[in-house]
Amino acid sequence: MSALHDCRDAFSRTLIELADHDERIVAVVNDSVGSSKLGDFSKRFPDRLINVGIAEQAMVGVAAGLAAGGRIPFVSAASCFLTARAMEQIKVDVAYSDHHVVLCGQSPGVAYGELGPTHHSPEDLAWLRTIPGLTVVVPADPAETAAAVRWAAAHDGPVFLRISRMGVPDVHAPNVTFTPGVATELHPGDDVAIIALGTTVAPSLEAARDLADEGIGARVLSIGTLSPIDRQAVVNAARQTRGIVTVEEAYRSGLGGAVAEIVTEEHPVPVRRIGLDGFAPTGSTHWLFKRSGIDPATIADVARHLVEEG
Amino acid sequence: MTTDVDGLRAASQRVRLRDLQMVSSAGMGHIGGEFSVTDILVTLYLGVMALDGPEPDRLVLSKGHAAAALYAVLAEAGLLSEDDLTTFVQADSALNGHPARTKVEAVEASTGPLGHGLPIAVGMAMAARLDGSSRRVFVVTGDGEMQEGSNWEALMIAAHHGLDRLVLIIDRNGLQQGAAVADTSDLEPLDDKLRAFGWAVAEVDGHDVEQLQDILSAIPLVPGRPTAVIARTHKGHPVSFMSDDAGWHHRVPTPEQVDAARAEVLAT
Ligand SMILES: Cc1ncc(C[n+]2csc(CCOP(=O)(O)OP(=O)(O)O)c2C)c(N)n1
Ligand SMILES: [Mg+2]
Repeated sequence: MSALHDCRDAFSRTLIELADHDERIVAVVNDSVGSSKLGDFSKRFPDRLINVGIAEQAMVGVAAGLAAGGRIPFVSAASCFLTARAMEQIKVDVAYSDHHVVLCGQSPGVAYGELGPTHHSPEDLAWLRTIPGLTVVVPADPAETAAAVRWAAAHDGPVFLRISRMGVPDVHAPNVTFTPGVATELHPGDDVAIIALGTTVAPSLEAARDLADEGIGARVLSIGTLSPIDRQAVVNAARQTRGIVTVEEAYRSGLGGAVAEIVTEEHPVPVRRIGLDGFAPTGSTHWLFKRSGIDPATIADVARHLVEEG
Repeated sequence: MTTDVDGLRAASQRVRLRDLQMVSSAGMGHIGGEFSVTDILVTLYLGVMALDGPEPDRLVLSKGHAAAALYAVLAEAGLLSEDDLTTFVQADSALNGHPARTKVEAVEASTGPLGHGLPIAVGMAMAARLDGSSRRVFVVTGDGEMQEGSNWEALMIAAHHGLDRLVLIIDRNGLQQGAAVADTSDLEPLDDKLRAFGWAVAEVDGHDVEQLQDILSAIPLVPGRPTAVIARTHKGHPVSFMSDDAGWHHRVPTPEQVDAARAEVLAT
């Protein structure tokens, strides 16, 4: 497998490129310059890096005010604090108010491993997908991260970008563009569908390749936008295969819940949801992935069973 | 059982040595804020608090990122074992990177996100009052942590209710994660603000266990008011190459740095 990348690098590089050409772009952080990899941004644009201190609720409110004043704020904070702490500001000040604020949830899921459940954000996807008008984007690699950051800067509305810290390989073409609400088929197959996003796309692809060796065709969809989700791609997967496996670095009420809702309404087929469950015990990110079945062998097993049952 | 000043100093030294060992073998921790809060926690657990009896005092470590220091102090107080300490952040360990009350009995509150401990401590002090208990509730926050609005809400509530068995100790090391507090969102004049919020305020050298023990044993400073102690500390104290450097917020020392730090701790 190719080298692994921390998507925060693509995020910060792209933000500097954009800010060079658009004075409206500002970054808003909660003592998270280092953890957002915004050190270079702050050197280049000292006046446009607004560090409110350890005050997440005010951070999101301030961003809404900056947007009301004609700026394009990129709020960048650990996803656990950004979402759990400032949810009402996200709901009211950003989404309900329809402000062009880009919320960047850094190091999400269980990226903070041993730091424990207080620092994990397995809830963020399930929470955020219920907020009307908020586009929720989960890039899978650096190229998609860069494309999503560019799209978000140009999209006049509220956006959440979930930016992973855990190393991921390249899964998209380097020049990939981002279209909201459109899933990407990264591996063909009509026996079973595996729907993934973010850090779980690469292990899903690896599972699909192993299944192909056994003669099982597993379609891999990288969902890209969780909300609004590519409904048609999910319905097609339900119609054209024997069942769907969802894989996410989040509670299964995030992507898994979204897919199950569509499938039950449109074309019921078996759905198996792989993801995090409960408050995690102490342990590293990799250990927690393995424990939750987010690894190629388990994904392939679950998919194989679906095909055999169906 | 309360330890005398020499005993507290010796315990602080042992705690810092153990903390160094835990952080270097785990490859993670927050050594800067652990070393700044060590003397405060040692004084509280070994020199001030009633740990058993009918009305034990309670302590909430709101700056949960200093978990390793808390665990090492709990071991000094006999509330964790030496074996427990070797499991720090290992798979399935009770010693999570931030303290969890569901995993360690002596941990009073699960913390990690900043700005949670003071409101919880206010509730604990209210519960004690409802019980007619005279137990004290101590809560330790960072200074950067005082930027969280939840703390200022809780400060108002505590003063409004006259919770004079509640003690807030602010680890005033002047630094937060990435920079100085004064360069990020300044707290000063902190003592005046706390007084204006209805609290009795004292300032001490947060590395002087004698001053800490004297003030923390004299609660309430003003009857009818909660007490805030601004403890002037240094992040990374007493290690010269860590002290007052935000870079040591969560850096992990190399084996050579561990040796050098150990020597400086032993010489202090
Ligand atoms: C709500 C929340 N936001 C951000 C963080 C990340 N964080 C961990 S420690 C820290 C700095 C804390 O500074 P301070 O309170 O001064 O602690 P100390 O200097 O004693 O380490 C930050 C921002 C957090 N733990 N919780
Ligand atoms: Mg501090």
